[in-house]
Amino acid sequence: MTSLQQPTGAQPVRRRNNRSRRNQLAGLLFVAPALILVLIFFVIPLGMAFWMSLHNWPLLGKPRFIWFDNYSRLLQDAQFWISLRFTVYYTVIVTIAIFAVAFPLALYAERSRPLTKLYRTAFFLPVVVGFGSASLLWAWLLDVDSGLFSYVFAYSGLTEKRINLLADFDTTFWSIVVMVVWKTAGFNMIILLTGLQGISTEVQEAARMDGASSWQRFRRITLPLMRRTIALALILSVSGSMLAFDQFYIIADGGPQNRTVTAVYWIFSQSFMSFRLGYGAALSMVLLVILVIISVVQLRLLRNPEGM
Amino acid sequence: MARTRNSSARRLFANIRYHGFGIVVGLLFLAPLVWSVLVSFKPSVEARQPPLPPWPVDGFSVQSYDNLAQYGSGIWTYTGNSLMVSAATVVASVIVSLFAGYGFSRFRFPFKNALFVLIISTVMIPFQSILTPLFLILTKLGLQNTLTGIVLVYVTLQLPFSIFMMRNAFDAVPKEIEDAARVDGASVLRVLYRIMLPLVLPGVVTVAIFAFLASWNEFLAALILLTDQNKYTLPVLMAAVRSGQFGTIDWGAVQSGVTLMMAPCLALFLLLQRYYIRGLTAGAVK
Repeated sequence: MTSLQQPTGAQPVRRRNNRSRRNQLAGLLFVAPALILVLIFFVIPLGMAFWMSLHNWPLLGKPRFIWFDNYSRLLQDAQFWISLRFTVYYTVIVTIAIFAVAFPLALYAERSRPLTKLYRTAFFLPVVVGFGSASLLWAWLLDVDSGLFSYVFAYSGLTEKRINLLADFDTTFWSIVVMVVWKTAGFNMIILLTGLQGISTEVQEAARMDGASSWQRFRRITLPLMRRTIALALILSVSGSMLAFDQFYIIADGGPQNRTVTAVYWIFSQSFMSFRLGYGAALSMVLLVILVIISVVQLRLLRNPEGM
Repeated sequence: MARTRNSSARRLFANIRYHGFGIVVGLLFLAPLVWSVLVSFKPSVEARQPPLPPWPVDGFSVQSYDNLAQYGSGIWTYTGNSLMVSAATVVASVIVSLFAGYGFSRFRFPFKNALFVLIISTVMIPFQSILTPLFLILTKLGLQNTLTGIVLVYVTLQLPFSIFMMRNAFDAVPKEIEDAARVDGASVLRVLYRIMLPLVLPGVVTVAIFAFLASWNEFLAALILLTDQNKYTLPVLMAAVRSGQFGTIDWGAVQSGVTLMMAPCLALFLLLQRYYIRGLTAGAVK
């Protein structure tokens, strides 16, 4: 995403004739379908979202222009702040957890021994199943009567009797963190692996000759040289987690006591369960601004070598 | 002598440690997937019990699949919806991004770079924040609650990735190849179809895989934009089953649904792993 400049730029000047004008038209025609789609299903909705956020906009009936009332209302919306705080909390914890698992896996999978590819594939398989499927799978594993975990915990004496893991905030939260780590560690492993493979073996070899321990090599060579890769994995993990919805909706239904309602979940429930479309749009704009800020800050870190 | 034995013993130990880790961790990642598939083949009564042992004790049974088939308008309706949405998203994504990638790679026209950046930068905007207006626009176009509507949304969401992939694929093809064909008088479309397409085919496969996985698995947009039960895709149906909309939750049936949803993703990945990983790392090495 970073090399947006056209590498194959300028064409020879002598071609500036009729054919070149026809070429211009051909080029525009080739990109036209994509542009029309982006215009109708992205640019216009984006403008509309802002416009709607300035209205009291019921599903049926006439929208009423109310300036920034929705925004001043959301400042006092307790559930919005709870959701936002929860989403940030989840993002921080799950990102740390994903890296704590994915980095060792990447270091492990970098070695090429017989069967390494097989192990790598096994680590990666949960990535390709959808978040919906994965959530339905774990909803079953976490079920108090038919699931695996509460049975194993009770059987091993960890808990006195079978407990409903989804009845308590902490157990719900950590169960979902474990599920997301299981589902996405392989993805981050592959991203980190490309960074590891970009480090020349000579550099590592030279450091080894100089007597650097493996920790020193990791700390002083591997980590600094992987800055860009790590930043990329961070962006993807942070923005993905800030927009989490499926697993909290399917596994926990936002519970217990609405405490695992994420930001997207709150927007969804305001817009499509309470049908306050204008208010939902205002919430969306806030989330959008937060995410764009996160992306821009992280892209800066990615570009700027001194940034990390 | 003693030293060689010592070092070969150490190597053996290192090997055991290496493969031991790989096998144990690999099984941990695979276990939930296997567990879910196994429970889907237990008889319903057994599927209600905690899944130990994981395999069916009273013999394999397709009872859960039979129960799954009964939900709503029948599982084939929903599988059909999902298949149609995914197939259409794949085909449309490939065509649109093939054209756009070619256009951005090979032609000069006003605002070319700005338009490219505009399309690519839509990845920075979360689509979750424009779902309400999308709902209204689809309603205006008469496409709300239609599979066509959701396909158009999915294709648009895939565009930044698809076009980025395809432009890079075309950039990697030397200009001389098509110049030679153009001198022979072949039309632009003919050059694209006959000469360029085979050369960028790996990129096309990557775009197709990602389009399939994204549309097959997408949940939130489908949940919002498809309100008529007959139009549900598989994830929306199964979430409804899980939430108890069809009565008491039959976990065996839910896991047979999960198996049905996972199977094409796993198969596609295992068959076309190379193209999938290429797509993942395209962004990482840039």
